[in-house]
Amino acid sequence: MKSICRQERMALNGDEAVAYAVKQSDVDVVAAYPITPQTIIVEKFSEYVANGEVQTEFVCTESEHSALAACLAASATGARTFTASASAGLALMHEMLFVTSGCRAPVVMAIANRALSAPLNIHGDHSDGMAQRDSGWIQMYAENAQEVYDSIIQAFRIAEDLNVLLPVMVGLDGFTLSHTLENVEALTDDAVRQFVGTRQLPNVLTHEGKAVPFRLDPENPMTIGPIALQNYYFEFKRQQEEAMKKAFAVIQKVNEEYAAVSGRSYGNGLVDAYCLEDAKIAVVCIGSTAGTMKTVVDELRQEGIKAGLLRIRTFRPLPVEEIRRGLENVKAVAVMDKSMSFGGNGGAVFHEVRHVLYDAEAHPPVVNYIYGLGGRDSSPKELRAIYEDLQRILQTQRVKNPIQYLGLRE
Amino acid sequence: MTEEWKFTTKDIAEKPDLFLSGHRACAGCVPATVLRLIMKATRGPTIVTEATGCMEVASSIYPYTSWAVPWLHTAFETAAANASGIEAALKIMKKKGKVKQEHVDVIAIAGDGGTYDIGIQALSGAVERGHDFLFVLYDNEAYMNTGIQRSGGTPHGAATTTSPAGTVIQGKLEYKKPIAEIMVAHEMPYVATASPYYWRDLLAKVRKGLEVDGPAFLHVFAPCPRGWRSDPAKSIEYSKLAVETCVFPLWESINGQCQLSTPSKLVALAPQKKKPVTDYLQGQGRFRHLFKPQNTKLLEEVQSRADERWQRLLKKCQTA
Repeated sequence: MKSICRQERMALNGDEAVAYAVKQSDVDVVAAYPITPQTIIVEKFSEYVANGEVQTEFVCTESEHSALAACLAASATGARTFTASASAGLALMHEMLFVTSGCRAPVVMAIANRALSAPLNIHGDHSDGMAQRDSGWIQMYAENAQEVYDSIIQAFRIAEDLNVLLPVMVGLDGFTLSHTLENVEALTDDAVRQFVGTRQLPNVLTHEGKAVPFRLDPENPMTIGPIALQNYYFEFKRQQEEAMKKAFAVIQKVNEEYAAVSGRSYGNGLVDAYCLEDAKIAVVCIGSTAGTMKTVVDELRQEGIKAGLLRIRTFRPLPVEEIRRGLENVKAVAVMDKSMSFGGNGGAVFHEVRHVLYDAEAHPPVVNYIYGLGGRDSSPKELRAIYEDLQRILQTQRVKNPIQYLGLRE
Repeated sequence: MTEEWKFTTKDIAEKPDLFLSGHRACAGCVPATVLRLIMKATRGPTIVTEATGCMEVASSIYPYTSWAVPWLHTAFETAAANASGIEAALKIMKKKGKVKQEHVDVIAIAGDGGTYDIGIQALSGAVERGHDFLFVLYDNEAYMNTGIQRSGGTPHGAATTTSPAGTVIQGKLEYKKPIAEIMVAHEMPYVATASPYYWRDLLAKVRKGLEVDGPAFLHVFAPCPRGWRSDPAKSIEYSKLAVETCVFPLWESINGQCQLSTPSKLVALAPQKKKPVTDYLQGQGRFRHLFKPQNTKLLEEVQSRADERWQRLLKKCQTA
């Protein structure tokens, strides 16, 4: 696809890519608290504020809990809002994550995915994000700094879409993406501003039957965040699920429209398939591991092995159709998890992919690989071993041990 | 601060209510009276944000609301953090032409749990950052919404469901946290205490808190007949007695300068008129055990503690 927009090639790490995308997205309020490996995002953004490069109120809160509360309140006031966190910070926000999605506040948040304590560990894995998968946020995980930049810009459009109105979390692997310098093609300020537009507010009916924008406005008083009991609470929750369903189409549309401006797209926005069409064996993963995995797939393909890769880009809502269609003709599948679901018989991604495959015509055997916890590196050689295991499974049609740990001393 | 706000009883009576009737508060609930009074002192466009608690629950049962102003609730510990977000949003949106109003006041409301305990971190942070908002604490001295559990605001000796008067322990062992003094220590522009019996004083303090540039903190005494095991008809009487006995003196601190408010100043000028704490404690079921013969010492302690704190306050106000 030909790019219709002039772009500038910049050397940015993932965190800087986030900050730069936020800078260009006409954000009204940023409220955040520093935590490794997210710190560069808030540091960089503070510089933009200090140098008068953004028209944004930056609230440097005393905790992540307050950061998200402030974002939610600012969003309810009508502002476009952004925050960023990681690990313990995201865990501290846990309560407010549910309140934010329940209030239908389209806050955008970057998560520099990091391990959860104890033992304390500052390095990358998906424990933080996966622990929040039922919090009502749209969750996207990026493969590289370029996608981080693109996804943040897209996130504002997705979150604020009147059919969605849900907060969006964009995950970038701690250190692997947050701190690694990459080439990033950045759109012009004008192009981004045009793409994200100004925040639109849905009209809601007041008790007087007047249709007014949904926000805290003294001209049209509105009660936001009430108590709803047995007679109404359930309907609120059902509506959130409906919004998640509507997000499928919106994420795809935004992915396409963004491609028209930038020349870049990520699969259909939901999943990104690599050499999957005729694949006999395939790996499913999320995040930056997909980059290394693609190299491994290339190698295997050169050797005549029909290997493929399915990267889940949008984890919430879970692209059930795309995962099923992508994998139903594959004969053996390995699902990779960079987090634990203790006592849950495998990791979160494994659970979800395997549940999707239950509805497939043919059930390929599925094996779970838990890897990289606490930032442990996974080499191409180790990742290749997963495909070798899949070849064995293909031959025997049997998964000897469905839960495997990669690169672990046992 | 701008010139003093003058208002007559008629002005107040005629000003339409912004906290409306129909809420589910109990009979004799002073927090509900406090909210109604506070909203009578607003000066223009106002947004209210409230912590989880009695008043939040009683005033917003979907699909009804008692709030005639824009109102936001998010969680228990977030009243001040919400206020930060609202204020920041208003500031930038005004600059960008997305908000029409010249100025919008922001009021955060929380009970003692949402202020002394779970909300103090967010409150301290928001005040340190200097957001322009008024934080109103309605202090009914325990977690009443969840069934009368002790908080950092529960006074010494009071029986609650988590500090019951048993055979060994006689109610809450610890003293009430000096929350208003803690806020003064933040070196914020305006801190005051108020009691709804002295409603003119309360209203004037709300207005001052709104007018001041930066954060303001108002600690309002708010009896709860359910939690205090007291006669609902006497709630307002207790808000008077608390001041007359110096259990809850009225004062304000403007830029760190502390001064007694008129009702407490009168007690200071005529010490013989200062009533014994028993006048206030009697009739409240939560203090019933203090009047048992074996608890005489404890009752004396409550009196001497109140006296000590009163003397300390007098000293602070003299040096001002």
